[in-house]
Amino acid sequence: MLLSPASTPSQTGHMNSRSAESVRIEAVSKMYGEFRALDDVSLTVEAGEFVAMLGPSGSGKSTLLMAVAGFIRPDRGRIFFGGSDIVRLPANQRGFGVVFQSYALFPHMDVMANVTFPLNVRGVPQDEARRRAAAALDVVKLGGFGGRRIGELSGGQRQRVALARAIVFEPKVLLMDEPLSALDKTLREEMQMEIRELHNKLQITTLYVTHDQREALTIADRVAVMNKGRIVQLDSPEAIYRRPTDEFVARFIGEATILPLAKARGMVAGDLGAVEPSARALMVRSEDFCLSRAGGDGGWLTVSGLLRGIVFQGDSWLLQVDLADGQAITARAQKHFSAEVGALEVGQTVELHVRRDRVHLL
Amino acid sequence: MTALNPAASLREADNSAHLAWDARLERLVSFAFTLPCLMVVALCVLVPCAWLFFLSAYGADGRMSLENYQRIVDGASYARIFVTTFQVALATVVACVVIGVPFATFINSLPPRRSVLFLAAVLLPFWTSLLVRAYAWLVLLQRTGIVNSVLMGLGVTNAPLELAFNHFATVLGMTHIMLPIFILPVLGAMRNIDRALIRAAASMGATRGYTFRKVFLPLAAPGIAAGAILVFVMSLGFYVTPAILGGGNVTVISMRIARSLSNYSNWGAASALGVLLLVFTALLFALSYGVQRILLSRQRS
Repeated sequence: MLLSPASTPSQTGHMNSRSAESVRIEAVSKMYGEFRALDDVSLTVEAGEFVAMLGPSGSGKSTLLMAVAGFIRPDRGRIFFGGSDIVRLPANQRGFGVVFQSYALFPHMDVMANVTFPLNVRGVPQDEARRRAAAALDVVKLGGFGGRRIGELSGGQRQRVALARAIVFEPKVLLMDEPLSALDKTLREEMQMEIRELHNKLQITTLYVTHDQREALTIADRVAVMNKGRIVQLDSPEAIYRRPTDEFVARFIGEATILPLAKARGMVAGDLGAVEPSARALMVRSEDFCLSRAGGDGGWLTVSGLLRGIVFQGDSWLLQVDLADGQAITARAQKHFSAEVGALEVGQTVELHVRRDRVHLL
Repeated sequence: MTALNPAASLREADNSAHLAWDARLERLVSFAFTLPCLMVVALCVLVPCAWLFFLSAYGADGRMSLENYQRIVDGASYARIFVTTFQVALATVVACVVIGVPFATFINSLPPRRSVLFLAAVLLPFWTSLLVRAYAWLVLLQRTGIVNSVLMGLGVTNAPLELAFNHFATVLGMTHIMLPIFILPVLGAMRNIDRALIRAAASMGATRGYTFRKVFLPLAAPGIAAGAILVFVMSLGFYVTPAILGGGNVTVISMRIARSLSNYSNWGAASALGVLLLVFTALLFALSYGVQRILLSRQRS
């Protein structure tokens, strides 16, 4: 009874070690007419790992998820799970929990009937099914909601029911397709933490699709950034943010200024140090720009430009600065720089400083 | 004049009366668009119906009486006609459900372009006249018709089968006509079913059959109910098809009404039959409305 709130640690431990399995996607391709939805994609989600696929719409992230779920048949490639290739196995024989963007709750059934559905399919006796469904609803903090109609639930509650329904049959893999995209920001952030906690508790191998970069960084052990049907970078959230492998990833995640090296050499004051010959541009995160060299023990780079605008955004100020050649830079000054920001006037020249170790070369 | 123009007389600080007047004006204007339609309905439906009620309440001697209704209640032949009419209509509904639900499911599963093709095939009969279709069936079904020739040619049967001029032929012809009317609302309901629901069921391990029974069919049920009621109610009033394909062996209410008028010029009797049919139909509509509301309220989302 993994989902029973009163389950002992040993039971939970047993569940963790036994049920986690890896999913290995090997060279999967899918064409829609002339459109290359998946282009030779390989990805391994380790047992018990949480991988988020992040990318703009049309990047192939949902297509890949649907291929793993068994709803889309790829043109080529293999998907390994539990030691065998499941790419030809029908969706209903894969036993993966799936949470859909639209929740896909059955509108003609109440909450309890929705959550017991996968158990009824498996022939679990009705009283046991109800007990397990109630436990799953407790896990998603919807205890006592069993008798509600789907139409009576809020978006967040529907999301939780969908989650309960996907985990109630103790799947070894959980697939989630933009599950939070329909929720408002506050609720979305709350649910991100809850899904993360749930994953820590259940340790189900999870593949998660989102177009929200912050969500991907928050929720996942590793993030696969996708573009044009390919995985362009697969790494830990911090590595993705700090050390993007190319300009697409740098621009897609976070706020970054990217300067071609040739241009930067003329405009940036300070020692760039050793530069790999393959590097073509440098990237600086907006929040790494400083208005002064606070605590500087060497290793600073400085760039100056025309201050075009200051925007107050609550936790920080956004400074828009134009360099001599017209290239725009976005810098963020945190709250505690309010004195410095207050002294600035639009139209004046400003110097922006950045620590050398915060400059990433692409 | 100020009384008729609130805009001039109302001068509150919060402007609420002006805004309420604007809202009312808007509703009135949009209601005005329904006026031509309402007038047609009043002239062509309500007035004749009232006239029907009026006529049915007068006896052969021109005095007000319930003798027209009394005759229907007393006469065994009338009861038989009502039973026949309802039997034929019900059989048509059953045939439409048996043929139409699987077919609509099939069309719904097709990619858009091909589904249009199949839908066109279903709707094609709409463009041929009732009479032509009834006679076309006769060509197929009569003793020397194509079906019998083929069956006898193949040695399936020695003597021609009685395929025409009976209930079977009548229901067949009516099903042919009603099928598109049944399929359209059913397909509408099916098209509204979120495909993610079917996928969700599969992801939880359900087979296609289980998903069809537990998810697809219950969600299509309001459309099926709407189609069935529509077919049933329309089938109650059929005249041409039972007259031709029934060949005198199937007497439905509309045929009796026609005979009362053309043979006996008995407006009272014909009107009473018409009124009864109208009442039954109205009752069925009310019933179906109730059933539909229950079905829909069970899946509000």
